[in-house]
Amino acid sequence: MTSIDEVVALSRLQFAATAMYHFLFVPLTLGLSWVLVIMESVYVMTGKEIYRDMTKFWGKLFGINFAMGVTTGLTLEFQFGTNWAYYSHYVGDIFGVPLAIEGMMAFFLESTFVGLFFFGWARLSKVQHLGVTFLVALGSNLSALWILIANGWMNNPVGAEFNFETMRMELMNMQDVIFNPVAQVKFVHTVAAGYVTASMFVLGISAFYLLKARDTSFALRSFAVAAGFGLASTLSVIVLGDESGYTAGEVNKVKLAAIEAEWNTEPAPAGITVFGLPNDKEERTDYAVKIPYVLGLIATRSADTEVKGIKDLKKDHEVRIRNGMLAYAALLKLKSGDKSPEARADFDKLKADLGFGLLLKKYTDKVVDATPEQIRMAVNDTIPKVWPLFWSFRLMVALGLLFLAIFSASFYFLIRKQLAPQRWLLKLAVISIPLPWVAAELGWFTAEYGRQPWTISGVLPTHLSASSLQPSSLYFSLAGFIGFYTVLLVIEMMLMVKYVRQGPSSLHTGKYHFEELAGPDTSNANTAGAAS
Amino acid sequence: MIFDYETLKIIWWGFVGLLIIGFAVTDGFDMGVGMLLPFVGKTDAERRVLLNSVGPTWEGNQTWLVTAGAGTFAAWPLVYGAAFSGFYVAILLLLFALFFRPVGFDYRSKLQNPAWRNAWDWGLFVGGFVPPLIFGVAFGNLLLGTPFNYDDSMRVTYHGGFFGLLTPFGLLSGILSVAMLAMHGACFLQVKTEAEIAARARKAAAAAAVATIVCFVAAGIWIATSIEGYRIISMPAAGTAFMPLAKIVEKVAGGWMGNYAHWPLLWLVPGCTIAATVLCLLLTGMHKSLPAFIASGVAVAGIILTAASAMFPFIMPSSLDPNSSLTAWDAVSSHRTLGIMFWVVVIMMPIVVLYTGWVYRVMRGKVTLQHIKDNEHSAY
Repeated sequence: MTSIDEVVALSRLQFAATAMYHFLFVPLTLGLSWVLVIMESVYVMTGKEIYRDMTKFWGKLFGINFAMGVTTGLTLEFQFGTNWAYYSHYVGDIFGVPLAIEGMMAFFLESTFVGLFFFGWARLSKVQHLGVTFLVALGSNLSALWILIANGWMNNPVGAEFNFETMRMELMNMQDVIFNPVAQVKFVHTVAAGYVTASMFVLGISAFYLLKARDTSFALRSFAVAAGFGLASTLSVIVLGDESGYTAGEVNKVKLAAIEAEWNTEPAPAGITVFGLPNDKEERTDYAVKIPYVLGLIATRSADTEVKGIKDLKKDHEVRIRNGMLAYAALLKLKSGDKSPEARADFDKLKADLGFGLLLKKYTDKVVDATPEQIRMAVNDTIPKVWPLFWSFRLMVALGLLFLAIFSASFYFLIRKQLAPQRWLLKLAVISIPLPWVAAELGWFTAEYGRQPWTISGVLPTHLSASSLQPSSLYFSLAGFIGFYTVLLVIEMMLMVKYVRQGPSSLHTGKYHFEELAGPDTSNANTAGAAS
Repeated sequence: MIFDYETLKIIWWGFVGLLIIGFAVTDGFDMGVGMLLPFVGKTDAERRVLLNSVGPTWEGNQTWLVTAGAGTFAAWPLVYGAAFSGFYVAILLLLFALFFRPVGFDYRSKLQNPAWRNAWDWGLFVGGFVPPLIFGVAFGNLLLGTPFNYDDSMRVTYHGGFFGLLTPFGLLSGILSVAMLAMHGACFLQVKTEAEIAARARKAAAAAAVATIVCFVAAGIWIATSIEGYRIISMPAAGTAFMPLAKIVEKVAGGWMGNYAHWPLLWLVPGCTIAATVLCLLLTGMHKSLPAFIASGVAVAGIILTAASAMFPFIMPSSLDPNSSLTAWDAVSSHRTLGIMFWVVVIMMPIVVLYTGWVYRVMRGKVTLQHIKDNEHSAY
């Protein structure tokens, strides 16, 4: 491996690791903030103190998680510059915009009011405090909107054009970037997945208290909020699933074909492969079990649009790579000083395929002298490995269906007032607490691994995007991240477990389980916890 | 678009400067409080007073840093890429130090164990001390010029290492940055605390103010006498889009004094800075806390502005290949992007300032030992 390949591989590993780590904390923030709004609204409307206690207790857990979300989010903000300097130059004109708007419109809102959420109880009226909680939720969700507009643009880079004078992509139409269909679908899907995560978190922990038969009225009310919110959210994740966005943009066509292991284009509407063993080498799926028509209907929302298979996509890509070589030659001509109208027209005609030409940079720096063998390797690069996508997607969907079952059953037994005898359901809810995180990580893996070999679909290959660094710098940073993140995660989990075990007694109101046992001196529970 | 490209480039130089100054005068005092935490707070309860003096608002303040970073990405993508990747190890150390803050504030008082709390206090010290040091060293190196160049595909390569940043002038800038934020943090503590803690904060503020003046004047003399500045010999029209390599730049002895020679009114900036720092020292002595805090804020803003106006239009000069230097003319986004982002700033930032002000108003008043006792389980 040359030093460039090593730096690119390490940069990718570092980005993947830090982004997936960040996303251990984001979904809970996105969803739990609304759970807090719901609980506090009930408090404001009914005046029942138990709902204020619920807001405060789940708010404590929210805070433990939020601190890690901020800590790990800083990394991502810095990392585009530190590790992806060429990317920053090449698309910063567009990509930087939603990130900056996120800071000014969303992150400020969330961060400024989160302090008041914790420390403003005695200084604000009930309605004012509810307003503050609402603004925290709004801020964190708006934050997700702008980040996903940025991410959506990486997958479907609309509203931008290459400018040879500055050697970069430049913004042409901001509306196109904001209303990018891929971004909109991603936003709805991602925040709804966050709501599911938070609902399962509250549902599972409440079920734990119900199983232990302590603080039951507190737990039951929390359970009810989680079951209702969770059911609605799961339905929206599934109905508004990501797959409806997979028809826009080149990389999404590849993702869809890879996820479905559809090697050959099938007559519309295509069938969906429920099970099978994708075989990348032979380009076929062994032991495939297919349901006819379903994929075509879901993916294209029509009965007569076909879903293109991998083999045909490769043929398209070979044509585009060959055009990309011509585009690169035309660009070199412009840069050598020939800015005649003919030279410009030549380049303009071909520039949509410039990115495909850049794929060859991995094999030959000159691009225009690529051999048929190098072109063939570049064509193969345009299709990510099929089996990881095929399986991560199926596992995510299966988990989604499991969540639907859990929330439906919880909701059903709750309204029939038969929850307590269903100990199997309560136990299932407890052990399912980590599963939404697994589903979310699988979803991000599918989305981002499926985007390879591009950072910006059809525009900028990953191989070109990284900073010109030394591998030793990457080993330093990677070791730092792994060290810090491991220690911090252990600490966060320890605090989370400690406060979950204490339950609402950690509020020291004198009303809850451990305080009644311990009597009026409430510091015992706390000291015992600290010693462990 | 209401502004031509050249005007927008100048406006954006001002906006990025404002975001950086916004960060320094708001989150700056949080960092100052972090630096002073183990020293001004002797007991656990005292340290909690310090933590809670900034606890409810530090997170919003830190967003100035995030926004300055993202604003740089959007408006000066070349600077964002070149500076962050060039100063790679320094930026990573900065990041690791910043890690201690969100978790430090939130987790420290969630357990009773004294060793646990003490460890987090030192973590918060690192989170308050290391970032200003690195920012200072980085700014010092911007003034010196750093070894990077662009190739014709606009790929930037940095030809130096982390230890190359630790030059005497870089370190002096780092100490200046630490001293000014220690002063600012100590002034904030004068306002927010009382009795013994406030008395200790006043002592710290006075010492830091003296260090700030000494370092600031020393750095100024150093720049005027023995640091080469940079000057643009020729470049395409400022209102057009061009790449850094399209201009010709030379190093000039005393070059950073050029702007001051050309616009003598600029001397008001360092002049006011020194006056504000002296005023901060006097007001601290007179126990006028709030005016002292305002004076320290002016001083912090003035120090940054003094360096920035010496360098204009340069942002990141290259010592290796001066033509590769990044300036407010060629490190910028397209005309359209700068125009859109102009409106985002003009609309959003006043709103941010308004609601931030409201939050400070709600949380006004001193943080006392009694307050910590009353809120033992909910305060930081």
